[in-house]
Amino acid sequence: MGSAASEPGTARHLAPTVDRSVKVLVVGAFGVGKTTLIRAVSEIPMLSTEESITTASVGVDPRRGEKRTTTVAMDFGRVTVGSSTALYLFGTPGQRRFWDLWSGLADGAVGALVMVDTRDLAQSFEVLDQLEEHTRLPITVVVNEFPDSPRHGVDEVRAALDLPAGTPVVAGDVRGRTGAVEALTTLVAHALQRAEGVAA
Amino acid sequence: MRSDGYRDHPVRSYVLTGGRAHPTRNTLRPETLLRAVDDGRELPASAGRHERTLVRTCRGTLALAELAAHVHLPVSLVAVLVSDLVDGGYLAVLSTPAHDLPAKDLLEEVLDGLRRL
Ligand SMILES: Nc1nc2c(ncn2[C@@H]2O[C@H](COP(=O)(O)OP(=O)(O)OP(=O)(O)O)[C@@H](O)[C@H]2O)c(=O)[nH]1
Ligand SMILES: [Mg+2]
Repeated sequence: MGSAASEPGTARHLAPTVDRSVKVLVVGAFGVGKTTLIRAVSEIPMLSTEESITTASVGVDPRRGEKRTTTVAMDFGRVTVGSSTALYLFGTPGQRRFWDLWSGLADGAVGALVMVDTRDLAQSFEVLDQLEEHTRLPITVVVNEFPDSPRHGVDEVRAALDLPAGTPVVAGDVRGRTGAVEALTTLVAHALQRAEGVAA
Repeated sequence: MRSDGYRDHPVRSYVLTGGRAHPTRNTLRPETLLRAVDDGRELPASAGRHERTLVRTCRGTLALAELAAHVHLPVSLVAVLVSDLVDGGYLAVLSTPAHDLPAKDLLEEVLDGLRRL
């Protein structure tokens, strides 16, 4: 993993005024830029941790119900917003065998940033389908523009992905803080709007 | 570990937690904030190396996932150890997360904070 191994005791503690926390999931296909986005906003060096998941064993008849526990590495970052709240960003791999992990992680989350690579939109279909199936999270689609990406307009991407009405789509470069913060701001505003809609 | 960060889970965790695979309370999430209780009380002599490190690392506020990363143990295992330390009064849970989506006032604060970054 790319994150620096830190010894116990060197932890970057939160300010003493911080007593609330929220999280956002950053999901998307392999190599789409999840780690890059998290690193761009995080106030601490990226950390990595392991989560246990139970998966059906590969090559075993699923009807026999054989399962085994595996661990998956997740990287995450943190940014303090305001004086009392810590926002955590968890990067979760999009591969099929990790889908079980999502439902657990989604519990209590503000929402998910779904990163999309327009060079391979098909991979994003699966990720979006699974998010809808396993969670009820508000989402914002982040179109990551690589140098050789075909330039699709935001509306084109929205149509191609068949997104639920009202789902925000933002495009840009998430290697810089501005692009990454914009994606987060859009997601949280969308989540708030949805929360207000539910309350009304 | 394979290059894609996927590997079999060793039984070691299970042994470390005295044979329990799940924490006694499941309100602990990766983002749950924790801090050592600062009342001068020492851990009992029977406490293990991991418990000591966890309490020491929590001299300031950290989330469960950060704690796990710092001690190089899986979140699920640290959750078990932490819930015992909370029950024993050595660690305090600062934030009790919402069950479903975060409350509106919390979302408003996050949005405000992000806009001021
Ligand atoms: N041009 C451009 N390159 C990017 C952008 N975001 C990420 N990259 C590059 O894409 C590569 C993969 O990015 P990562 O952040 O590691 O992707 P990831 O989704 O975390 O990958 P996995 O965790 O392996 O699934 C890196 O070489 C990044 O520098 C972007 O917005 N623009
Ligand atoms: Mg990554």
